[in-house]
Amino acid sequence: MYRSAIYDEPLLNELLGSTKEKIKPLDLLPRSLQRKEIIDIPNLDETQLVRHFHRLSQMNYGIDSGIYPLGSCTMKYNPKICEHIAGWDSFTGIHPYQDISTTQGNLEIMFELERLLCEITGMDYYSLQPAAGAQGEFLGMLLSRAYHEFNNDSERNEVILPDTAHGTNPASATMAGYKLIELPSTKNGTVDLDMLEKTLSDKTACFMLTNPNTLGIFESEIIEISKMVHKAGALLYYDGANINAIMGKTRPGDMGFDIVHLNLHKTFATPHGGGGPGSGPIGVKIKLEKFLPIPRIARKDGKYLFDYDVLQSIGKIKGFYGNFSVLLKAYIYILLMGRDGLKEASEIAVLNSNYMKKKILKSGKYEMPCKELRKHEFVLSCEKLRQEKEIRAMDIAKRLLDHGLHPPTIYFPLIVKEALMIEPTETESKEDLDKYINALIKIADEDPGIVKNAPSNTPVKRVDEVGATKNPILTWKMI
Amino acid sequence: MTDEVRDDLKYTESHEWLKEEGEIAKVGITDHAQSELTDIVFVELPEVGKEIKKGEELCVVESVKSVSELYAPVSGKIVNVNKKLEDAPETINESPYDEGWLVEIEVQDKSEIDNLLDAESYKKLI
Repeated sequence: MYRSAIYDEPLLNELLGSTKEKIKPLDLLPRSLQRKEIIDIPNLDETQLVRHFHRLSQMNYGIDSGIYPLGSCTMKYNPKICEHIAGWDSFTGIHPYQDISTTQGNLEIMFELERLLCEITGMDYYSLQPAAGAQGEFLGMLLSRAYHEFNNDSERNEVILPDTAHGTNPASATMAGYKLIELPSTKNGTVDLDMLEKTLSDKTACFMLTNPNTLGIFESEIIEISKMVHKAGALLYYDGANINAIMGKTRPGDMGFDIVHLNLHKTFATPHGGGGPGSGPIGVKIKLEKFLPIPRIARKDGKYLFDYDVLQSIGKIKGFYGNFSVLLKAYIYILLMGRDGLKEASEIAVLNSNYMKKKILKSGKYEMPCKELRKHEFVLSCEKLRQEKEIRAMDIAKRLLDHGLHPPTIYFPLIVKEALMIEPTETESKEDLDKYINALIKIADEDPGIVKNAPSNTPVKRVDEVGATKNPILTWKMI
Repeated sequence: MTDEVRDDLKYTESHEWLKEEGEIAKVGITDHAQSELTDIVFVELPEVGKEIKKGEELCVVESVKSVSELYAPVSGKIVNVNKKLEDAPETINESPYDEGWLVEIEVQDKSEIDNLLDAESYKKLI
């Protein structure tokens, strides 16, 4: 059985032997700018410091420790070479205020990355500014507004979303001032074309969709959907969170999408899940180009420059030019993988997902609501276990921790009862997939008492989620 | 494990229940709904006096699992809300049909009540 390292680790400034030293301000600074208050910084030697952080890291779990199959999050292993190159002084030592004659290489990388993303997604232009997927979505919605306003069509104030949409979609559309219309899915889990036809009107600004959708099902009617949306005068928006399933196989641009956001930190090799930095570039078709944020990266007479002279631009949406280190890692990853490599990554992601799905379903312990072929992720229901043993999705997620495995996404999408949403990604071996499958099957047969009280061998046991919401205790300490 | 469905109530497909008390209808969420939502930690109730149409958003319920909108089963005026839920939202989990009611609506058109699901049809739905 797996055992997590458990230390009773104090905070840095509580470490035994730490003495506080008052830090004197630099004499170089004028007196008026010097800090008046004394700051307490623990005075520890390197050994103590390294061991402190090492112990904390041993209690942690990340993609370098094992499989991390959070559905729709694409927690895949990120090649260390991307991180290594991004750490070069020539990249970390530059400042955005530097004269651009000294940062031509950086601009070239961004310029080239825009073109590579256009090629991968079938779009015409990109903006690399958004700091993450949700900001990309928000920018996408602002572009939709700018587009309709420019066309004297500003009565369009509705955004349509399927009931399987990622939670950020309704949030982004609401922030941009749109009214939301939720579209119920068919029993197969896909867009209901008749309902869509009825819902589309001269009020519709945009239809937001991800393909494959959050059930991992490819919307095979996408060309028809695109025709319907455009006939109604609306735009079609692609949430790129699930691009890991189709890279190199098909392109949102070819399906008729007008606006696309990508999560570079998911699919293109940046470790994520700890709060950033991320990157959520937006790609558009030519009819939306003039609204993209400034500055645009341009090339003139063999030199790269920031072009601020774009009359219809919606303006700036982020300080400076985007999260450069994430853009850089994406650029390296794409060049390393190449056209064939990206395609193969998608193929293996889909293969791994279908392999797991089939083996788990064969056990008869879990059910799957819609029987379509799955792409890079699949959603199981453990409603049967709930009926028979009162074991819920939350209990299974917690018990997986005891097996030394990261749980999948749970309770999403909401249309599936007791949902377990599993996205293994392409970077897991067959052995690791088998280990996960076996753990899920084993848990279904375990004593319900143990499962419902899990986890028992992790540093933090079952947390009181109700208590944490109603009476939060904010602390750095492990309690 | 079965969710309780009471014979004397009317139901919606979106899992609200309604109890007719003269001109007033008491509204809450079903045992099935509270069990699906899991532990409820917050309820946003409407203002008393607000006019609401059938199918419009009535209130928002947040559980440790999700945030969900509840919809008005009938049109009318909100005449009372269950203030107790502001401090003790878990009452909905403990007593969905009695102590955990949400609002009272002065019903505009009684025929809307007749169009709701009866206990048998709701049982089939869940």
